[in-house]
Amino acid sequence: MSGFGVLLRRELALSWGRGGGPLLALAFYAATATLLPLAMGPEPARLAAIAPGSAWLALALASLLSLERLFERDYEDGALDLLALGPAPLELAAFAKCLAQWITAGAPLAVLAPVVAIALGAPPSLAPMIAVTALVGGIGFSFCGGIGAALSLGSRRGGVLIAVIVLPLFAPPVIFGAGAIDAYAAGLDWKTGLMLLSAYSLATLALGPFAMAAACRNALS
Amino acid sequence: MLDFDAGKYAAFVWPAYGLTAIVFVLLIVDTLARARRWRRAAERGESEADGDDTAS
Amino acid sequence: MIAALANPRAFMRFSRWAAPTLGAIAAVLAAAGLWLDFTARPDYQQGYTVHIMFIHVPAAWMSLFVYGCLGVASFLGLVFRHALADAAARAAAPLGAGFTLLALATGSLWGRPMWGTWWVWDARLTSVLVLFLFYLGYMALDAAIDDEARASRACAILALVGLINLPIVHYSVVWWNTLHQGSSVFRADGPAMPLSYLAPLLTLTLAYMAAFGALWLVRIRSEVWRRRAAVLALRAAG
Repeated sequence: MSGFGVLLRRELALSWGRGGGPLLALAFYAATATLLPLAMGPEPARLAAIAPGSAWLALALASLLSLERLFERDYEDGALDLLALGPAPLELAAFAKCLAQWITAGAPLAVLAPVVAIALGAPPSLAPMIAVTALVGGIGFSFCGGIGAALSLGSRRGGVLIAVIVLPLFAPPVIFGAGAIDAYAAGLDWKTGLMLLSAYSLATLALGPFAMAAACRNALS
Repeated sequence: MLDFDAGKYAAFVWPAYGLTAIVFVLLIVDTLARARRWRRAAERGESEADGDDTAS
Repeated sequence: MIAALANPRAFMRFSRWAAPTLGAIAAVLAAAGLWLDFTARPDYQQGYTVHIMFIHVPAAWMSLFVYGCLGVASFLGLVFRHALADAAARAAAPLGAGFTLLALATGSLWGRPMWGTWWVWDARLTSVLVLFLFYLGYMALDAAIDDEARASRACAILALVGLINLPIVHYSVVWWNTLHQGSSVFRADGPAMPLSYLAPLLTLTLAYMAAFGALWLVRIRSEVWRRRAAVLALRAAG
């Protein structure tokens, strides 16, 4: 267990120390959220209708931001080789990386999400639901994103490639999360949506590291 | 016997068939061109290798 | 038989006659299918647009069938480290993308006159769209990695991840649509299909499958030649 603790602490330091921690992701999130009224027109009723969904979508996009460097830095300076050969399984290292990314970027984004949604006109009563779904969905985004990042190692055009690979994987959490918020707003059964979202996130958390480790070993071969 | 009178649906039906034909043609042409290119390259390589073998 | 095909020489011998044969079968079935297509009488419900169904359904079926082939080939390539299986998987992707594009386009052209809308976010259409995005991502990943063995393995991992993901996407949209009660589920087949429709549909589906078989075999042959050329060039240089 202490091995994992060391890995996690390292990843937390890396992802936090990288250029102001979550600030970049948060700023990007706020910026994309600002663009929405500019694109849709300021009419409050229309904005309010799409506010929760848009906040959720922008969250998914912001999560993509820090993905490119998730494995690449270690890959470039040889640390990934050491992690692959070291005592701890590579799967655990991958798990630690994505968990750290969620803690340093996903969780702050989840805190900002209700603020963004309300700023776009969503009713404040939705705030807790938005925060919870963003927090849980953020796990799915981190771990799915990790799969994309690991697969793109050693290839050209990393960032855009990761997004193209990862977007089909983002579809279920986006649908479950936005659907849960919608249901909550309409007074329908939201628990199912939240459970489906949690199930998806837990599945990516459990299975993702295996795909990531396989992809890393492939890149190192 | 063959009914080609599409009436008001012509604007939908014929583009559908047209697009299908185009995609098939593109796939076939690309596949065959690719095959020809790499077959030639492999055969060229083999004849060069044979030439080297007989020379040495 | 699969084991016999695993040997590249055996595969080349097999595909040399199998590919043109399948191509010829495809051409014959296509001609027959189109004849059955345009001699079938449109019913009063669908009108002339049923002729789009005859080329939409085979395309949609192929988009999934090719995905399945790609998945199996990826799995075999990954587990058995087999270069021919790797090549087969990567060769299938552009073909699958083509069929998926046709499924989406013909579906749209069919939907507009039939149900009054170019697109609807139901489970089936959304899943096919995500499938198309998957094919694009797969081909992008293949193109982005220079080393062939590494590209094959990365693509194989992506294929297996995507294979798990697609049913989840389908289910998620089903669930999402049940939230909004009152959205009618569009059934592409409607009432039971008359025999006069079944014949062209099945014939054209078989034609599409034969065409895929022929094109796939030729593309794999290209891969074998490409590798051979690369090996020979290396030997000549060194």
